[in-house]
Amino acid sequence: MPTSPLDKVAHATPRPVARRIRGLTDRAIAWIFVAPTIFLLLAVNIFPLIWTIRLSFTNYRVNRPNRDVEWIGLRNYERILTDPDIWATMQATAHFLIWTIVLQVLIGFALAYLINKKFKGNDLWTTIIVFPMMLSPAVVGNFWTFLYQPQIGLFNYAVAFFTGVEPASFSMIGDVHLAPWAIVIADTWMWTPFVMLICLAGLRSIPDTIYEAAECDRASKWRQFWTITVPMVLPFLMLAVLFRGIENFKMFDLVVQLTGGGPGNTTTLTSIDLKREAFEKWRTGLSSAYAVILFVTVFGLASIYVKALNKVKER
Amino acid sequence: MTSKLLKSTALALVVSGAATAATADDLTLCWAAWDPANALIELSKDFEGKSGHDMSFEFVPWTSFADRMLNELNSQGQLCDLMIGDSQWIGAGAENGHYVKLNGFFDANGITMDDFIPATVTGYSEWPKGTPNYWALPAFGDVVGWTYRKDWFERPELQAEFQEKHGRALGVPSSLEELKDIAQFFQGRDIDGTTVYGAAIYTERGSEGITMGVTNALYNYGFLYENPDKPYDVDGFVNSDGAIAGLEYYKELYDTSVPPGSSNWYMGENIDAYRSGQVAMQMNFAFIWPGVEADPNVGGGKSGYFPNPAGPAGQFAQLGGQGISVVAYSEKQDAALEYIQWFAQPEVQSRWWELGGYSALKAVVEDPDFATSQPYAQTFLDSMAIVKDFWADPAYADLLLPMQERVHNYVVAGDGTAKEALDGLVRDWIEVFEDEGKL
Amino acid sequence: MSAFSVTEPSSRTKWGAGILVVAYALITIVPLLWIIATGFKSPTDSIAYPPKVLFEPTLEGYVNLFTDRTRATQDMLDRAGPPQTWYEVIVRKRGTIITGTSRYGERFLNSVIIGFGSTFLCMVLGTAAAYAFSRFRVPLKDDLLFFILSTRMMPPIAVAIPIFLMFRQLGLSDTHLGMILLYTAVNLSLSVWLLKGFIDEIPIEYEEAALIDGYTRFQAFYKVVLPQAATGIASTAIFCLIFAWNEYAFAVLLTSGTAQTAPPFIPTIIGVAGKDWPAVAAGATLFLVPVMVFTILLRKHLLRGITFGAVRK
Repeated sequence: MPTSPLDKVAHATPRPVARRIRGLTDRAIAWIFVAPTIFLLLAVNIFPLIWTIRLSFTNYRVNRPNRDVEWIGLRNYERILTDPDIWATMQATAHFLIWTIVLQVLIGFALAYLINKKFKGNDLWTTIIVFPMMLSPAVVGNFWTFLYQPQIGLFNYAVAFFTGVEPASFSMIGDVHLAPWAIVIADTWMWTPFVMLICLAGLRSIPDTIYEAAECDRASKWRQFWTITVPMVLPFLMLAVLFRGIENFKMFDLVVQLTGGGPGNTTTLTSIDLKREAFEKWRTGLSSAYAVILFVTVFGLASIYVKALNKVKER
Repeated sequence: MTSKLLKSTALALVVSGAATAATADDLTLCWAAWDPANALIELSKDFEGKSGHDMSFEFVPWTSFADRMLNELNSQGQLCDLMIGDSQWIGAGAENGHYVKLNGFFDANGITMDDFIPATVTGYSEWPKGTPNYWALPAFGDVVGWTYRKDWFERPELQAEFQEKHGRALGVPSSLEELKDIAQFFQGRDIDGTTVYGAAIYTERGSEGITMGVTNALYNYGFLYENPDKPYDVDGFVNSDGAIAGLEYYKELYDTSVPPGSSNWYMGENIDAYRSGQVAMQMNFAFIWPGVEADPNVGGGKSGYFPNPAGPAGQFAQLGGQGISVVAYSEKQDAALEYIQWFAQPEVQSRWWELGGYSALKAVVEDPDFATSQPYAQTFLDSMAIVKDFWADPAYADLLLPMQERVHNYVVAGDGTAKEALDGLVRDWIEVFEDEGKL
Repeated sequence: MSAFSVTEPSSRTKWGAGILVVAYALITIVPLLWIIATGFKSPTDSIAYPPKVLFEPTLEGYVNLFTDRTRATQDMLDRAGPPQTWYEVIVRKRGTIITGTSRYGERFLNSVIIGFGSTFLCMVLGTAAAYAFSRFRVPLKDDLLFFILSTRMMPPIAVAIPIFLMFRQLGLSDTHLGMILLYTAVNLSLSVWLLKGFIDEIPIEYEEAALIDGYTRFQAFYKVVLPQAATGIASTAIFCLIFAWNEYAFAVLLTSGTAQTAPPFIPTIIGVAGKDWPAVAAGATLFLVPVMVFTILLRKHLLRGITFGAVRK
């Protein structure tokens, strides 16, 4: 296991200090502090997860209470992994995931960088920018269908105003080519502020002394940006990407309200597909296997990512 | 002595406990969140006054109604004492023991299914279909029909232009072909300075929307759910030449006559499009008609109504509507049955119609004044006479899902051909039936 | 910071940055303003074709949000008599009559209890755990931290069925406590991870000094670390509140009569024909207010981010 800088800090706790503590040892306090969190997570997350794993090896269906439940081994997994539709769903998810992250990181970082120039009134405008992420995703999805309506919505008229095309000539959620972008736009509108805030925190954590030193060394602004700003913000940016990635991998409410997965299956993300299996077809066993596969995928990707994150932090 | 006193006290306690339980139940009725639900709250005040029970209501929007309520039933939840469940749930309700069988109760209280519109009894109450086993009382009759802009249809200049183009008057279409002509006639037309479109039709993907829409074309072109002589034999019936022509018809309607962006529309979106003056016609369930009549933009005589027009293979319309059932997991079944008994009374049913609820009681709809009581009453009667419903098997959800997908992918996303879509559907359905042990 | 600092951007840079940020803010706020405006439209104006930017404002949406109505028959109108209040006047104009209050108020209150309750619990547990992870040698620390993070990776739909059954067994189904625990669990990963970052930045020398002064560990945590971490706790609290406040998937599957929050309720608001967009918009607008206020109040903390005092001053 790589030792993180945090471990080093803990190691560095001077012995005499540790001995000073009356009553409880550090170890006991550590456990008292950590245990409630771990316990709650075990009860609310891990227990259901184990249950789900167990169900994934059965043909159980919640809506067939009278049918015998059989152990069917890996058949559910086999069925899912050989289903071409699921791979199409994965592609839709990947498109959504990649583009939302790219756009949100670019726009979010740029905004944070500009706000960090500390122009007058910057916190008023920052607060305004943050508002969209305070809305409920279900409400956002709902209202964006309304905004995207070519006849009664605002979006097409706004595009028409700036580009001169006919408002009714395109339909963001009705067109198989535009719909995947429609969900990217709505999600980016809503969540760019999240990335921006984390970047801002990162930018403000950079001590001015570093720039002052660079200035003394006559490093150009451009060079300062690439050798100081970017590397110092990178851990924060990666954390933001991690959280957005996880959230959008399981994206459900916004997209289901916005497009319902259509047209065709063009915006059927894995969570929407999973929900169909679990709560519409009621294939509990099969959907449990599906859930486990998704979980393993995101868990695997995230653990690789966190390793990289720790490496970046150590530098 | 003491023990006698104790016994009588205990008895008194039991009796009083039973008495309070009998008089002060709080019943919860579950239904979809829509217009008729508001009317039912008002109607139920009479029941609360007469029975002493309190009524609570749990309304879930249509698009998540099935998920939420079937989840409740499947987990044997006690939230709902009364369920106005969708017609297609009746098989699952009966076979999985979610609903209480009502035959004994009907017999004991003089309620007979002969008093209700036959189509609603078959559609909402019976399982297995065609047998006298009742699991619900028909509560709300509903059927897909069409609404049109009478004020536009009657404009002389449009009348003249249509006459010239098609050689007949612009009016209520007598066939689906004619309906398409009219829709195409209005598509993209400028009326009072805005561009309007032909028709709003169901295309929704997520729940049941496009299926409830496309069946109105499929039935009338010759689609059958199964071999009339051999249950669950679907190949050659679901994908017959007629069925293929029906599906192609619906796609052509979608490609040539609907507002841009109507790729995921169901009841609510169609209403919005119609009320805001985007379309000349809309396909929708009958429940919306009272609302259309009352609308400041399109109500008050500006709108007309007609049943789903005939096709080459006959005239049918998609059944909607629900029956009211007692949930088997409820601990207040007696009070729930009281509600049904009260609801079945002719006075209550006729007030139900007055408030905007479509009563299925013959005494109400066969009343000589019924047909003229509202502009849409006759259309409702005509439509209820030609209904057909989707599968109501316990596996209905498994059958609906592939239909939604296949049809939506062909009609809206333009994948493949109509034949491929229906052949695919046949394969999906056979798989479901095999899985269910029906084949 | 002195005005002559080499790191202070030039005024031209500031202007340029300001203009770009303001432009973005103005564009991004339009959809939100549209929602707020829709709340003050009449149902007809809300779906006007083409859309109306200028309209006659009405409170109909707000009236509809708080009442249940049904289409009035003549005998109902006769019985009710002439309208008594301004809101009855609005409702009668549509040919409808008020039959009772809607459940929006209840749902809103549920959201307040569950949203703030879970945020509070999450901060208590999260701060303690983050402190422990930051300062102590917890066995398998990295694994535990990753485990905590991993609990956020499961799609809600995937665990909804077991949680539903488990809650039913424990009597937590459709209760405030059940939802508070659930949202706390979902948010813990975010709070532990963010707070650990904040606490890592607090110089350990402070506590050492405190310990040398005779404070116990608890006292050092309570009197030294917590005040230092206040900004971090505040900004983490905002994120947790936003999530718990707006959560939809669990709420729609696990709550109904008693503990249902507002997000699953708002889209169910219906009018006399089709969806009542003004009432939905009104409901969404009012629902936005508490988080907005909370965020504006804590704005300094949110925006100051991780600019912790001592070391840098």
